[in-house]
Amino acid sequence: MSQNVISNAVCTVCGCSCDHLEVTIDEEKIVKVKNACAMSSGKMLGYMNERITQPLMKKGNTLKPTTYDRAIEATAKTITKSSSPLFYGWSLTSNEAIEIGVDLAEETGGFFDNTTSTCHGPTILGVHEIGESSCTLGEIRHRADLVIYWGANPVHAHPLHMSRYTVMSKGRFRKSRADRKLIVIDVRKTDTAKLADVFIQLKPNSDYELMVALRAAVRGDEIEQEIVAGVPIDKIEELAEMLINCEFGALFFGLGLTMSAGKSKNIEAALSLVAELNSKTKFVIMPMRGHFNVTGANNVTTWLTGYPYAVDFTQGFPRYNPGETSAVDLLARGECDSALIVASDPISNFPYQAAKHLTSVPLITIDPHITPTTMCSNIILPSAHVGIETTGSTYRMDGVVLETRKLVDPPKGVKTDVEILSALLKRVKFLSR
Amino acid sequence: MKKLQVTLLSGRSLSQGREKEQGKLSKSYFQSVACCEINGEDIKEIGLDYGENVRISTKYGSVVIKAIAPKQTLERGIVFIPYGIWATQISGSETDGTGMPSYKGISSTLESAKKEKVLTVNQLIKKSFRRKITKKR
Repeated sequence: MSQNVISNAVCTVCGCSCDHLEVTIDEEKIVKVKNACAMSSGKMLGYMNERITQPLMKKGNTLKPTTYDRAIEATAKTITKSSSPLFYGWSLTSNEAIEIGVDLAEETGGFFDNTTSTCHGPTILGVHEIGESSCTLGEIRHRADLVIYWGANPVHAHPLHMSRYTVMSKGRFRKSRADRKLIVIDVRKTDTAKLADVFIQLKPNSDYELMVALRAAVRGDEIEQEIVAGVPIDKIEELAEMLINCEFGALFFGLGLTMSAGKSKNIEAALSLVAELNSKTKFVIMPMRGHFNVTGANNVTTWLTGYPYAVDFTQGFPRYNPGETSAVDLLARGECDSALIVASDPISNFPYQAAKHLTSVPLITIDPHITPTTMCSNIILPSAHVGIETTGSTYRMDGVVLETRKLVDPPKGVKTDVEILSALLKRVKFLSR
Repeated sequence: MKKLQVTLLSGRSLSQGREKEQGKLSKSYFQSVACCEINGEDIKEIGLDYGENVRISTKYGSVVIKAIAPKQTLERGIVFIPYGIWATQISGSETDGTGMPSYKGISSTLESAKKEKVLTVNQLIKKSFRRKITKKR
């Protein structure tokens, strides 16, 4: 038996896109993964769990095996007949697949949305208003002497973020943990907060207030309140002092800001705070993106349509109005008369009312695994895992593009997202002309 | 029966992230996601012990899951449910014009559900999402 070791494999779990995995393959199976976090090794070693290996189509009330050709034909007919199909997901697949997805939505006059609308959508709205000062993670690793995580818990959600890119990494100018300050701001004392030099606990849904007070303190304004968001003013002023006195600060924020009251306003406040700090020192800001290619979904959609997510093609040209053209809003209003879900599980992840509407329209899913969404689907097209069974490019959370690798073959007969979507686009073009 | 007003946070947990890769029908995923972390004082107040089932309700719905001890420090009055189909049964789809539903900071009520069962993925889908079968004419 010969074992094959592949080094520098790119992980395809979270937005960190760690590209230093060492994967051991024995007889076309991954048997060992080095340098990976718990989520990554869970995926690398568990990618064969609960797989779907044959296309399925609903007949009556049960799913019956079929061929790709038949399933693609039925899908093409459904989405061309629909007046406003929804194309949703896209954050766990390659840029190449997303590109074809945008074409499909344009061709059929549907809605094209990615999982951004239920994670960092408000971040993008905030950036539209204020703009952001950003950089690559490499620059933060080499230069940042102060790192803030606000409403983010990387120990759980991005386990290698701190050791590869921030406080625990070995950079050119910041050699170790002792050279950097870690500040955590959260509503609960998370495992990340336990590692912090300074932890600030605020009341739920009051990030905006704290952010505005902190900005005032940075500006040198006097604050008349004694306590803001549950935090005493002298603590806020101390924190402002720390931020002003750093040489290179980086503010990372998570869904604690986007999912709580204020949403995009919280992000506007964070971006404004960082803009203010840049009048005193060097400061950058970056969202902690969740899925490995959600940044790619935004970028690809932007180069093709001008907008990063929630794109509406129903009028024959791209329109963008999150809150109206975003998936949860569309579904909650009972719009969309069919849906194609690619590499996502909205039945699990959408609020009940939105998920419920999805199950009342023809639902087609392209996914490697059995999920609540495939369980509710009329047509299921199994696909290969990007970064494990096929290649494809992906954007890291800082916008750096990485090429993922093919490590093993997909299960026999299983096609890639790109193959399925290209065949589907071809059929749709044929049917609509 | 005693009800307790709390603020619900849903979010990522390391075990949810890890176990979802085992498959969404797997026992380990069920165990790591169909649960609610509650502060020790709060759970006493509703007359429950860790390991027993709790009903958590919001204005959008209600779900029964297992009450467990906080894995990270949790203040009184705040409960945490990992992302998953159990958490979304009780989240609302208003987005305040942003596209983003409120998954954190939701006002909710806790009460004992000692005698009720936690539904599995299969049972939950059957209960919440069963398609109406339309007969062909």
